[in-house]
Formats: sequence, C-alpha cells, structure tokens
Amino acid sequence: MSAADTNASAAVVATGDGGGAAPDTTRTPSPTGARPASRSGSGFGVGFVVKLVLMALVDALGLLALLAAYSEQSWGIFAAMLALLVAANWVYFTRRALPLKYLLPGLAFLLVYQVYVVGYTGYVAFTNYGDGHNSTKEQAIEALLVQNERRVEGSPASPLTVVESDAGELGFAVVDDAGEVRVGTAAEPLEPAADATVTDGVATDVPGWTVLDRTRVLERQQEVTTLRVPVSDDPKDGSVRTQDARTGYVFRSVLEYDAAADTMTDTSTGVVYTPGDEGRFEAPDGSTLAVGWRVTVGFENFTTAFADARYSGPFAKILTWTFAFALLSVVTTFLLGMFLAIAFNDPRLRGRKIYRTLMILPYAMPGFLAALLWAGMLNRGYGFVNQVLLGGAGIPWLTDPWLAKVSLLLVNLWLGFPYMFLICTGALQSLPGDVYEAARIDGAGRWRTWRSITMPLLLVSTAPLLISSFAFNFNNFTLIKMLTDGGPRFADASVPLGHTDILISMVYNVSGLDGTAPRNYGLASALSIVIFLVVGTISAVAFRQTRKLEELT
Amino acid sequence: MRRSILLAAALTSTLALAACGGAETGDAGETAEPTEETGAPAASGSLTVWVDESREAAVTAAAEDFEAETGTTVELVQKNFEDIRTDFLAQVPTGEGPDITVGAHDWLGELTSNGVVAPIELGDTAGDFEEVAVAAFTQDGQVYGLPYAIENIALIRNTALADEAPATFDEMVAAGKDAGTKYPFLIQTSAKGDPYMYYPFQSSFGAPVFEQNDDGSYRPELALGGENGEAFAAWLAEQGDAGTLSTDITYDIAVEAFKKGKSPFIVGGPWMLEQFADLDLAIDPVPAAGDQPAQPFVGVQGFYVSAQSQNALLANDFLVNYLSTQEAQVALFEAGGRPPALTAAADAVSDDPVVAGFREVGAEAVPMPSIPEMGSVWAFWGVTEANIVSGQAKPAAAWQKMVADIEGALG
Repeated sequence: MSAADTNASAAVVATGDGGGAAPDTTRTPSPTGARPASRSGSGFGVGFVVKLVLMALVDALGLLALLAAYSEQSWGIFAAMLALLVAANWVYFTRRALPLKYLLPGLAFLLVYQVYVVGYTGYVAFTNYGDGHNSTKEQAIEALLVQNERRVEGSPASPLTVVESDAGELGFAVVDDAGEVRVGTAAEPLEPAADATVTDGVATDVPGWTVLDRTRVLERQQEVTTLRVPVSDDPKDGSVRTQDARTGYVFRSVLEYDAAADTMTDTSTGVVYTPGDEGRFEAPDGSTLAVGWRVTVGFENFTTAFADARYSGPFAKILTWTFAFALLSVVTTFLLGMFLAIAFNDPRLRGRKIYRTLMILPYAMPGFLAALLWAGMLNRGYGFVNQVLLGGAGIPWLTDPWLAKVSLLLVNLWLGFPYMFLICTGALQSLPGDVYEAARIDGAGRWRTWRSITMPLLLVSTAPLLISSFAFNFNNFTLIKMLTDGGPRFADASVPLGHTDILISMVYNVSGLDGTAPRNYGLASALSIVIFLVVGTISAVAFRQTRKLEELT
Repeated sequence: MRRSILLAAALTSTLALAACGGAETGDAGETAEPTEETGAPAASGSLTVWVDESREAAVTAAAEDFEAETGTTVELVQKNFEDIRTDFLAQVPTGEGPDITVGAHDWLGELTSNGVVAPIELGDTAGDFEEVAVAAFTQDGQVYGLPYAIENIALIRNTALADEAPATFDEMVAAGKDAGTKYPFLIQTSAKGDPYMYYPFQSSFGAPVFEQNDDGSYRPELALGGENGEAFAAWLAEQGDAGTLSTDITYDIAVEAFKKGKSPFIVGGPWMLEQFADLDLAIDPVPAAGDQPAQPFVGVQGFYVSAQSQNALLANDFLVNYLSTQEAQVALFEAGGRPPALTAAADAVSDDPVVAGFREVGAEAVPMPSIPEMGSVWAFWGVTEANIVSGQAKPAAAWQKMVADIEGALG
C-alpha cells in the first residue's frame, strides 16, 4: 500500500463521524487538468474524490450501525459489521483487489441474507427449538419461578409505597388493615414503623426512609418488581411483592431454585428437579417441569424424519409426489407454452400480437390470488366448474386424492404456461432461418424439423430456465397452501399431512406456524435442509448436463 | 445457476425461520403515538403494545389518559391478529418483543409452557369481571391476562323466516324445511372441518374435548372418545348423509346465503353481524342434538404482559388501572363488537338485544381449553369431522383413529 493510500484511508476513517470534512481536505490539490498525472501516482482524480465521498458515506453509515449494535450489546452483529467495514475500506483503497471491488457488495448481501439464514437453519436443525423449548435456560428458570408463586389465600391487598434506605437499599412500606405502616427490605422482614404518616390510606412519609416518587420508582422498576419483602422470619408466611408499585400482595413460592446445585425444589412436596439432557427439569420419577429451554440434540431431528414411523411413511409419499409435481409441472407448462409459441410464431396468423397479449394474462395475476380463485371455482357443490361448466356434476376436484393432484397440475399449468410461452417465443424468434431452409431442401417434414432442429436449439437457451422452474415448483408453497392446503389428509397416517402436501408445505405444517399443531422448529429446519440438499444436488447435476446441449451450437 | 440454488435454499429456510427473523418489529404497520405530553409529569419510560387493527383506536384512547397522567410514552404497534402468537413466542426470548400484547385466552397454555408471559395480579378488580373471563386467564391459581372481551357462538335466527327459537336440532331442521328456504340451516364446515362451530353439538352428546376439573379448568385427559364421542360421529355421518351438514359450505358461502335470506338459521358469532345489518335477528342458544345441553366454547380476549418486559411495572399499571375501567372496556367493545369482560361495561352495552342474546348464551358456555395439549387436537379434530360428514370415512373407525392419533401426538 502506498503512502498516499494510507493517508487517504486515514482521512476517511477520521471523517467517518464528521462526514463533511472529506471534500475539503482533498479538493485543493486536484484541478481537473492534473488527471493524467494523478493516474500514475497520487490518485487525486475526480473519480477518486467521488470514491472518497462514497466511502465516507459508507463508513458513516457503518459507524452508525456499529454504535447501534454497541448500545444494544449485540456483539455478533457488531463483529460482523466491523469485519465488513474493514474489508470494504481495504478493498476500495488497495490496488491489489480489483475483482473484489466488483464482487464485494454482492458478497456482503449474500452473506447477510443467505449464508446467515442457511447457517441458522442448520443450527436450529440440531436443536429441539419448538414448543416447550422456546428460550434460554436462564429465562426458563425465571419463568418457572415467577409462575410458581402463589398468592397466600385470604391475604389482603395492601396499599404500598416504595421506600429507599440511606444506603440506597429498596424497601416496601405497606399499610395493613388496621391502618398501621410496616416497613421491610429483602433482607429484613416487615417491622412496624411507628411514626409514619398515612395520607389517603397510603404511607407518604416514613422516618428513616426516603419515599420514592413515581419517576424514581420507574427508574428502578426492574428492582421493584423483583423485590420480595418477607412478611416475617418464617419463610412459610410468604413475602410481599408488587407489580404496579401501588398495591402489595403476599405471595409464597412453590418452587425454589438452588443456583449452586442447579436444581429446582418443590417446597410443597419436597421433590427435587435436576436439569436433564432434553432441556427440562426432571424429577427422579420422570415427571418434568412445564417450561424447558433450547438444547442441541444432535441428529435426532433427522432420525425422526426418516426413522420415526409416524413421519417416515408420509415423508416417502410426499417426497415422491413432490418430484412428480415439480417434474410434471415443468413438462406440461413447457409443452403447452412451446406449442402455443410455435403456433403463434407462424407469420400466416393474423392478430398475433393480440393473441400473445391474451396468453400472458394469467402470468400477470398474483399466484396466490389465482390459486384462491381456483379453489373457489373447484368447490364440489358451489364451484363454477361443477355448477356451470359441468351442469351440476358433483366432482370432488379438491377432496379426492387423485383428482386433487390433477387439479393442482391443471391450475399450475394455467398459471405457468405463459412464462414458458414467453421464453419459447423469444427463443424461437432468435433461431436462424437458414437452418430451416436447409432442412426443407433436405426434404425434412414438419415433425422431423421440430424434433431435430427446433427442439434441440430451443433447449439450448431454455434448459437453464427449465431447471430453475423445477426448483421453483419443488418449493411452490403458495399454490399448495392456497388451493388444497395439502388435503385430502392421508387416511392411514397419524400426522396431519395430506396427499397433495409437498416437502415445503410439510415443513410448514411440522413447524406449527399456523397454530394447528405444536411448533417444532428443529424438525422443520432439519426437513428444510433435506430439501436444500435435494434441490441443490438435482440442480447441480442438471446444469452439468445442459453444458452438453451447448456443444450443439 | 448458483443464484437459483441459493434462492431455493433461501425460500425454504426463510419459511422455516420466518418467525426467527425478528424483522417485524420495525414493520411498516408500526404507528408511533404522539409523544411527549407537554405539562405532564417528567417523562419516564415507554411501553410497547402490540394490537391488531380493530382494537388500535380503543387502546389509543386509554393510552392517552395513561400518558397524560404518568408521562409515559405508549407506542402501539399494529399487527395481524393471526401473527401475534407466533411472533410473540419467537421475539420475547430475544428481548425484542413488546411489553404488552393483545391475545386470546386459549394461547395461555402455549405461552406459559414457553415461559414468555408473566402473571398479573388483578387484586380486588378481579371481582369486577365476569367470572368466566378471569377463570379463562387463570392457570394453577395465577392470572396471566387482563380480560376485555368475551365471545361465543350462538344460533342466529332470521325472524322473518322463523318466529320462534327451536328447542332441539330436529325441531330446527323441521322449522328450516317449513320456511321453504334453500337450506334448513347453515353452519360453516369446509373440507378441513370446523370443530369450534361444531362443538355445541358435540357437547350435547356428552363428549367434551378434555376432562374438566371441579373448578372448570381442564386436565390433559382426552374425553372426546368413547361411546359418547362415537355417538356424535354417527350423528355427523347421518346428518351428512341427509344433507343438513355439508363440507362444501365454507364461511363465505354460509354468510352469503344467510344474508340473502336463503336460510332461517346460522350458527355463528358476533363477528358476522356486520354483514347481517339489514336483517331482523334474534339470538338463541344452539339447539342440542344429543340429550345433554349444547355448550359452545367461550373465548376470552385480553392483554398479556411479556415475561421479559423491562417495563413490567408500567405494563401492569397500564393494564390493571387504565384498561380495566368501564370507559376503556366500552371503547374496546365499540371497536371490536365483542361483549366486554368487565361486568359493569357489559351491563352498560346490554340494551342491544343482540349483544344481550350472545351474552346469555355465553353464560351457559364452557371456556375453550387453554392447556398446551389443545394445540395437538385441532389438526386432527376438524379433518376427521369433515371426512365423516362427507362420507369419506366410517364414523366409528375414523373417530377412534382420531383419538389414537391425538394421543400419539400428545406423546
């Protein structure tokens, strides 16, 4: 790195927080005429100034993000942001990283939006994240303790004042039924405070204590809500707590946590719960406490998907149907699209432009809306198709296992052929006319021309799109969700999955996001990794194959 | 090529992780409330509250009083009601969740077993609420939410087509046939079934979903199987065969048909009333099909406090002392149309015979179970009912398989 570069980047770093200083320091020595000179050494051309300003902006934004991450204490984001920022400055101020100058923005977004997401899915796949294992152990312990406090039966609601000792320790001053004030802290049980003043039933002045006003209370609200003031020396009498700093109630804890031994004790039964491998507190008799936490479970989610009989049977069927659906969708839409493209490519046809515009209409409709409309039109008793087109025939389009599959393919054909029509039209128009002329001279018929010339040439340019169309349909969640929602259900399966579910809708059902099943993000993530591997492998192999087609041209 | 692979990967993983994104907090739907009341006590703290569209205005009104009196800033974030439960579960552990969220009582089991919700102490105000409302938000003796509205289904009758309330299901069907309309009665079903709507009929056969304790709370022992459950299944098959029940009837079809006067009866809730504004209605109890009373589910709406709230004190103060007033509860009623949970507020709005009618039916209803095990029931329950109604499944066998499957899912 040259001396000039070092200075420049130092200037940028210095202007990161100030912003406006950069142009001043650099403008003076760079008159427009000096550009040829700057190219050889100092690098003070107009382009450089623009770069400097842009980088100053990037650095300013980055610094803002760093500060935000710092104040939120999100160290992961902070480190990633810092690394990206340093990388950006290095790449754009060194001469050795020319390709990276073009690649960096894309790479950064790739990292943030895709690699991170894929990585996180991978992590979740090896945990038991889901219902009952939703958060960290600390939060689970906290929740268990607070859920297992019971208000002492028949205990009064006492007007409460938050007070502070001279040492800064918080305490409660409560007014009991007899109108007498009692004061205590976490360490000292409630004691009568003889000379306290009570106004409107609330203690307003307690000698030896400072009464905190609302603002001061809110500043320390975490301490106030967690403060427990024992009623007496006997822990069985319970302790006073408050949730709004206005009224105190006497509570008794059923569960107690021993931080040193890491165990929970039920004070009413004496049962001791110890943390188990599954992320729950377990008693010796196998019973568990309700709230658990997230732990890694190794390959358990993957074995569930393949080995648990409740999932493995439907999984195999769904995998088969997913392949069939994706393949047939691509083949049918491509064939229809190509047929129409060839038909409308014939110069003898009048009004081709109008027809072509009409053909594209289904493509212009949002997919989920079209699927919903079709779901209505295919309703057995009231749908347009059965009522109007078929004269009241009660055909169970969406509720019979095979017909539902046919309906899905037909609706997907309707939705998908315009795309294929478009790309085929484009590809056909770029085919060289002389090849056809040669074929005609050689005496080839229409079928022969199509098979030996049109198809191969068309496939060269459309094959990559067909593969991406396959990948899209493999994960065509919207259509399945909106049209059949996976139904009809498998009659012989014990999990809520159906004949038209594809892998991605199975993932959605298993994850329990719609609230009809308990959430199991671990299993859902494991399944999405399986999908990723399947789609990734097929696409990679298929793209390798298409290279052979390119040799044609 | 790589793009498409990664795109596919991103598609799959974003779906699985949609809830982990945490991006929703800064959503476009976010509406910041006017901050800094001048002249108010020194500003201290701020509260974030998740509300859905229909409740936003009413909560805003209560929040304004709170802001003026305490100098706290209340920030309302508008969200889809359907998204709230999942997002709340995902975001509270990260510390990004709200302090308070609106919600339904049947989420309670899931929220507590995941440790995302904190108990609130209603103190003496508990007695001011309808008993069922507080009971619904109670688990193991602790209250977890401030109730504000009660909703339940009933039989909505078009008085122009039928002039008296039917006592039994058969009487209703007979009256419906006498009216000469296209449908004797309407109930939304769809191919996935609707066990919520069908529950009054099921309970009239004495097959509640879970066993109930003496205090009305449920314990995780399935009760919908056995002889009574199978009798209900047989009844479903019979009615499906006769055409009185049909899986072709979806919510839209049912509401549209009733609106056009094509049936004298529809089983439905207060949320449908807006569409029936032109009709002259009476609200009756759902008639029993079996030999026991038909008890619909009652759902209670309320506000939960996050277990990870940094402003628990403010949150409790706002709920217990500002949203439990008659004024606030009536405002919430006017915004959402559901009868208030606060007895005084419910009395104040009961002049309307329709509101009073739903309230009367609700008094006989049972709370929808809120135990976490309920989450494993819905997915099997509805589809089984639908398959029996449509004749695709043999009633007794399908019902037994459903019970076995639910037991399998419960583990």
